[in-house]
Amino acid sequence: MSDFILFDEEFRQIKDVIARLKADAQAKVVFIVDKNGQQIAAQGDMETLDTTSLASLTAGNVAATDGLARLIGEREFPVLFHEGERDNVYISVVGQRVILVVIFDERSSLGLVRLRVRKANAELERIFEVIQQKVESEKSRRLSGFDSPFAEITDEDIDNLFKD
Amino acid sequence: MTFINYAAREINCKIVYYGPGLCGKTTNLQYIYDRTNPAAKGKLISLATETDRTLFFDFLPLDLGTVRGFKTRFHLYTVPGQVFYDASRKLILKGVDGVVFVADSQEARMDANIESLQNLDKNLVEHGFDLQTIPYVLQLNKRDLPTALPVDTLYRALNFKGEPTFEATAPLGVGVFDTLKAVAKQVLMELRKK
Repeated sequence: MSDFILFDEEFRQIKDVIARLKADAQAKVVFIVDKNGQQIAAQGDMETLDTTSLASLTAGNVAATDGLARLIGEREFPVLFHEGERDNVYISVVGQRVILVVIFDERSSLGLVRLRVRKANAELERIFEVIQQKVESEKSRRLSGFDSPFAEITDEDIDNLFKD
Repeated sequence: MTFINYAAREINCKIVYYGPGLCGKTTNLQYIYDRTNPAAKGKLISLATETDRTLFFDFLPLDLGTVRGFKTRFHLYTVPGQVFYDASRKLILKGVDGVVFVADSQEARMDANIESLQNLDKNLVEHGFDLQTIPYVLQLNKRDLPTALPVDTLYRALNFKGEPTFEATAPLGVGVFDTLKAVAKQVLMELRKK
């Protein structure tokens, strides 16, 4: 399985798309997680949020729901919605690879979020396609002798991580 | 599947602790959590039943420091060990970079160890991984129990490719960090090849 590599240019584009989505949907927080539970980018008031845990639980949630979907003969449930007393979470899967999460309260509405997410989803899908292509071409460059910054990791580098 | 973020200069890796029910996977994570500097760890999340058996997974994010200018983050997961939770176990292996197999040293749990190891092999294949090549470490846990089998016997039954093997008593922390370090090392060494 290929690694997921994120470069500066696409990282900026992703952040732009979710910043716009946050404003357009009047959301509190928007973030993107890959299906393995790694957070890719986030926008909004993250101070009070444990984003690492959010990312891992979101991915677990989507994975479990995907499993449910397959059990009843669906490929996936591309949208999940959790309604709370104050805050709500709208989760949608982008291009079967990453997960877009929108947290919003009574200042917005499910209809508005759904509408804006649909637009952002299409833009994100294009960006992630480009990333995929870049990862592929990077891999072939490496095969032809391109030096990865990790090519020279030494035992010492790794031992240093565990020093204390 | 390592996630390399060039923009934020971060490497994120996923390590899964696998093994039969009640072998001590969660105890490994709990010990790592208790002994890690608060700045280097996130919250330990346990999705467990009312009797503290893992229902879906435990999750512990760990910052190990910097390698070649990249912050290295390890996400440690456990799977539910009980046989009937296989669907959940399979989900957690998605995108895994390294596996720790925690074996229960007691004679009575030998069949459960072997069954779990076979289950790991099968579930990895379903995600396109190969137990022969994936970064992998064997931990022989519960060495303190009087019913523990000799290390030799366990080694012969469970070690199948000369993988690094550690004796452990997880609640006391014996072997816990050695195991983590050995698997993290293999995962980072894999990056060198990519």
